[in-house]
Amino acid sequence: MALIETRDLSRVYDLDAGRVVALDGVSLDIDQRDFVAVMGPSGSGKSTFMNLIGCLDRPTGGGYRLAGTAVESLDADGLARLRNREIGFVFQQFNLLPRVDALGNVELPMVYAGFSRRTRRKRALQALGRVGLADRDHHRPMQLSGGQQQRVAIARALVNSPSLLLADEPTGALDSRTANEIMALFQELNREGVTIVLVTHDAEVGRHAHRLVRFRDGRVIEDRRQTPVDARDLAPEAAE
Amino acid sequence: MRLFEAIRSAFSAILANALRSLLTMLGIVIGVAAVIAVVAIGSGARNLVDQQIRSLGANLAIVTPGNVTQGGARLGAGAASSLTDDDAEAIRREIDGVVAAAPFVQGGAQVVAGGSNWGTRIYGIDGDWFSAREWDVAEGRTFDPEEIRRGDIVILLGQTVARNLFGDEDPIDQIVRVRNVPFRVIGVMASKGQSAFGQDQDDVIFVPLDAGRRRVIGRNYAKDGSVGSIFVKFANESDIEPGIESISDLLRQRHRITAEQEDDFSIRNLTEIANTASASANTLSMLLAAVAAVSLLVGGIGIMNIMLVSVTERTREIGLRLAVGARPRDILSQFLIEATTLSTIGGALGIALGVGAAYLVAQLAGWPSLVSTNAILMAAGFSALVGIFFGFYPAQRAAKLDPIEALRRE
Repeated sequence: MALIETRDLSRVYDLDAGRVVALDGVSLDIDQRDFVAVMGPSGSGKSTFMNLIGCLDRPTGGGYRLAGTAVESLDADGLARLRNREIGFVFQQFNLLPRVDALGNVELPMVYAGFSRRTRRKRALQALGRVGLADRDHHRPMQLSGGQQQRVAIARALVNSPSLLLADEPTGALDSRTANEIMALFQELNREGVTIVLVTHDAEVGRHAHRLVRFRDGRVIEDRRQTPVDARDLAPEAAE
Repeated sequence: MRLFEAIRSAFSAILANALRSLLTMLGIVIGVAAVIAVVAIGSGARNLVDQQIRSLGANLAIVTPGNVTQGGARLGAGAASSLTDDDAEAIRREIDGVVAAAPFVQGGAQVVAGGSNWGTRIYGIDGDWFSAREWDVAEGRTFDPEEIRRGDIVILLGQTVARNLFGDEDPIDQIVRVRNVPFRVIGVMASKGQSAFGQDQDDVIFVPLDAGRRRVIGRNYAKDGSVGSIFVKFANESDIEPGIESISDLLRQRHRITAEQEDDFSIRNLTEIANTASASANTLSMLLAAVAAVSLLVGGIGIMNIMLVSVTERTREIGLRLAVGARPRDILSQFLIEATTLSTIGGALGIALGVGAAYLVAQLAGWPSLVSTNAILMAAGFSALVGIFFGFYPAQRAAKLDPIEALRRE
């Protein structure tokens, strides 16, 4: 079963200027452990698509299942719960809380999941270790470089063991060398079994993904597999 | 999110903008401080009035001579002494609910003791007087019935007089001269303090009624058996009004006043006067507290204002929190707790300041002040309520933010 299943997914905005169809009946399946780059020019609908599969927005038409849950039927609290458990967000601007140290930032999703302080501390340290920042736990965002800040944000996205890592232009604010390091981290996480959907307009970044989905005018115009999903990970499924 | 953690994070948010938070709290601080101080000083003042009521003696009425018409000329109140010992005796005997009827005469006198002298008021009293006024001696003894009956030349001194004539010396059994009559001091009265009208009640001396009438206070009391006024003490407050009616009827009858004639006496209910003073002290402090409460309201609006600013500034933070799984109600409670923490800290500072101010006023101005636990609890509760009330709208605005919009905001 696919992790993400969208069927005729649509999002229409009723603005003063008139109706804007941001997403026009997109049907797409994304398997577990896949690494998908969503590309397209601005206004192509890729951000709308990302907001919808990230459960930040609700479709105006069609259906969406995430890990078997029919998202369109959930209320605000249900969506919050799903974001908390199943999705880790990584943003272009990192979006770290400036007054809180790296550890506290990583703990944030677990605060809303209701974990005890001790568990949070332990798992946040593990997550920071996973992105190579175990020694920066008490640094505040201001005291970290852009690449380090994005690593903290990735640790935060991973800490609740979500089924999906959703990254919106994660390298957009970074220099190319740091961007490559972050992409290498994504690939490594993907090899470890994390499903990643990454929105970008940078072809170079898109090249790192296994699968490339290109949007234009609210529709998918290209869906190309660049590399197979990691063979080691596919093997057990193939055996079934 | 757990409450304790929410409060901790509220503290860190407040500390992040320490100066701004402090200025925001200032309205609450001043409001609460003003309420606490005003209530403390007000209840101190009321306490003083209560004390003065008690010092006067409870359930007391006073009968004074009224205007007398002599040959068509209406003389003013007190122009003649129309009351007598027998009137007092009749009141004591015939009126229901009367526990004491104390006739007395009064006047001014210069008291001389050794080298020092002192001008004061002198009262000639009988045995009922001290029980009517609920007054006792601090040293020595009061008059015995024989001394009263015979009109012996013995004297009781008020605290102020004793201090001024004798200083630290023991005045008992000393001789003081009033109008050249040598009186032997047999006691010193307990201190009564100020009256409700600001008089020093301890600046006074007492002699037996007849001694006063015959030897010291000559004016108007030439007629034997006439007295200045009569204190009437009732058993219960409810006895006073009907009692005054009965006394009036009794005295009209005794003084042979016909239906067309005016009373030659007047009767005042002293409890009523005291109650009025107490009520006006109450009204004043309520008024001041209401004014202070307005500043609490203004403080609340200040908190609402700064919370709205804070929500706008932290829109991205709110978006992020929503994205990582905060429910709208988590955001609501976060900002509500922040506003409440802000106002409660302000309330605590205000309580400290108010108690300090009340204490300072008590020390410097000499006004009594009484900080009540109730006022403190109410101020604390009220400031928390202000936070909840004025924090709700900003918090709700935060909770209603669309996560996508919020994340996009710069």
